[in-house]
Amino acid sequence: MGEELATSHLGALAYDPAPESAAIARLHESYGIFVDGAFTDPAQHAQLLTLNPATGSGLAHVAMGSASDVDLAVASARRAFDTTWSRMRGAERAKYLFRIARLIQERARELAVVETLDNGKPIRESRDIDVPLAAAHFFYYAGWADKLEHAGFGAHPRPLGVAGQIIPWNFPLLMAAWKLAPALAAGNTCVLKPAETTPLSALVLAEILQQAELPPGVVNIVTGDGTTGAALVEHAGVDKIAFTGSTEVGRVIQRRANAAGKRVSLELGGKGANIVFEDAPIDEMIEGIVDGIFFNQGHVCCAGSRLLVQENVADEVLRRLLRRVDQLRVGDPLDKNTDVGAINSAEQLAKITELVETGEAEGATRHTSSCALPSEGFWFAPTVFSQVSSTQRIAREEIFGPVLSVLTFRTPDEAVAKANDTTYGLACGVWSEKGSRTLWVAERLRAGVVWANTYNRFDPASPFGGVKESGFGREGGRHGLEAYLDE
Amino acid sequence: MDARAGVRLLDPPRAPVIASEAQLRALLASLSGVDAAGAEARAAKLATRSIKTSSKRAALDMIISMIDLTTLEGADTPERVASLCDKARRPDARDASVPSVAAVCVYADLVGTARARLAGSTVAVAAVATAFPSGRASRRVKLLDVEDAVAAGADEIDMVIDRGAFLSGRLGEVFEEIVAVKEACQHAHLKVILETGELVTYDNVRRASWLAMLAGADFIKTSTGKVGVSATLPVALVLLEAVRDFAESTGRLVGVKVAGGIRSAKDAMRYLVVVNETAGSLWLSPTLFRFGASSLLNDVLMQRLRQVRGAYVRPQEFSAD
Repeated sequence: MGEELATSHLGALAYDPAPESAAIARLHESYGIFVDGAFTDPAQHAQLLTLNPATGSGLAHVAMGSASDVDLAVASARRAFDTTWSRMRGAERAKYLFRIARLIQERARELAVVETLDNGKPIRESRDIDVPLAAAHFFYYAGWADKLEHAGFGAHPRPLGVAGQIIPWNFPLLMAAWKLAPALAAGNTCVLKPAETTPLSALVLAEILQQAELPPGVVNIVTGDGTTGAALVEHAGVDKIAFTGSTEVGRVIQRRANAAGKRVSLELGGKGANIVFEDAPIDEMIEGIVDGIFFNQGHVCCAGSRLLVQENVADEVLRRLLRRVDQLRVGDPLDKNTDVGAINSAEQLAKITELVETGEAEGATRHTSSCALPSEGFWFAPTVFSQVSSTQRIAREEIFGPVLSVLTFRTPDEAVAKANDTTYGLACGVWSEKGSRTLWVAERLRAGVVWANTYNRFDPASPFGGVKESGFGREGGRHGLEAYLDE
Repeated sequence: MDARAGVRLLDPPRAPVIASEAQLRALLASLSGVDAAGAEARAAKLATRSIKTSSKRAALDMIISMIDLTTLEGADTPERVASLCDKARRPDARDASVPSVAAVCVYADLVGTARARLAGSTVAVAAVATAFPSGRASRRVKLLDVEDAVAAGADEIDMVIDRGAFLSGRLGEVFEEIVAVKEACQHAHLKVILETGELVTYDNVRRASWLAMLAGADFIKTSTGKVGVSATLPVALVLLEAVRDFAESTGRLVGVKVAGGIRSAKDAMRYLVVVNETAGSLWLSPTLFRFGASSLLNDVLMQRLRQVRGAYVRPQEFSAD
């Protein structure tokens, strides 16, 4: 043994598998809908099977909510609005929100494992980002519940009523928190429709709401697919629709909700530009580009999916970037050392694959990480395209996967023009050590969020949302209350 | 693995020859800035890596083999140094499979004692010199300090830079001093202590790293361990980026030594992860990475024994020195 050890310390430092235990999730075999403070069977007993995208195997059955389930949920939300929640003092509502936040923290490990199993994201991200931020949103909006008259929306702002909230599969728990926390703080009651492929963390959240003894009906959760969401959008008893998801679906929702006279806020797609100037802090910038596009497998609406780099440093930036991309650890999402996890669904994988094929067909140069991919489940290796032109589909369409398109520019004017040359307007990043230039560029970018020398940083106190086809309305911060208040 | 985080080396090497202070100043000014928030976030992220089971076992032995077992007290005695040397040679008296440490690090007057006690072993003798730790002495005195240590048999010299000269912009002075010390070292390896706690900013740390490497340092080292702030993970990250980039642009491999405040095996493993994912596996060797530490060794031995026995042993099982 002595000799073996003497030689084993020479050479690479391998990381043995360090998996978090899947048993921590304590999943049930099947879940009903959460209405009036209790889980009940859906009216038509139809179910969906939610998969673990890292293996392709089933995790649990959830209700396939129908129009009558939505009807039940809306009626319950209306009752709760009329009888308890809208009449409760803000300070009392705050107590519930604080309690929910603390319970999320107490059950953080379980929530992180559930999220990683159902979504495919690395446990490091669900543990260090999704779950803590979800708790932080409840803490933050708890603080506003008794100060609404000071929020800048009139002296006596009133809640809207019943909010229908439809959330995406990329940050299931966090998006539930972004929607529920401001709505509840403002005195609304909610019907939440989780994404078809990632319903589980919202159902654990339902258990937390029970633990917090939130009055029945204040939050109702109906799982299902697009038809469930459509039933919610069209329901006459819903006063407000908040949607996060694709621009395509967002358009339909806006049309239908407007026709029915509902208030709407939409947070849709993006094609964010990360703009790199020659004087950028190079090592941190490379990390920022990687975080910008490979965070959550690129399933991020504000992903920095276009890299605009000043031409005189483009070769050096690309060389360092590719070296770094090759180092990313892709694999078992439950492993604590995994950097990039699984693609959420077969459908999304097909979409990414198709767009990447157009990139090659249109003449961009493809660089793909040499990492090995698991044989089961849905996977896509981190990919960078160089020699991309602004007209190619990979420079214009949202890929929503781990694929980066690299373009170059020569002057700040050109950088701004290229960054704004998109139908979207959600987020951009600017990398430079020269503050005056960063501010000059930021002023001219048509995007809801501009990060300077960082990317994909979120904070409940900071408003988030888009312009153009990335949607309207803000989530987070004081601004986030506006979507749920009438002056 | 080498190809992943590793560097591409030039053949033949082409280190720039520094002919004037203006040239040196321009070269250091051309280095990319360090975004402090970003560097700290990167280090914190790497600190979450989980090293378990056989990786942990290998990492613990790697750490032992990289330790410069150090005693730098006014109260040091020949007896204390001799016992430290015995421990360096064979860290766990009951287990011959434990590797020796890399070096014993002492003040110059105790080099002879260490040299004699370590005869026939692989353990090197390192001496701090150049008016360690403050560096406040004339060039003449500093060079004599080095010559004494080398004459007494030191294999490695740990010098301190003149931080005052660096911070006030007298870069040529700092450079020349390192060049002079390197010459006085003859065959001994030169580690240049930047005292990053006194340089304060990461930009300064990056520039001082390049200055030392350009002047001929074999190692760049964070700290003396004698000021308030010693090695930190983000500072190690900046040093490792510097040696990686220097190797790529010149073909010369420079080592990194982190010193001061690293007391636990867990901390040390975090440094190994930063080495692995920044400079690459080439640096995972005592010839290119060292820990300057004293109490670290016992914690690593304790963790190692826990791996073997499956339970912790009492700290008192290992000698204090």
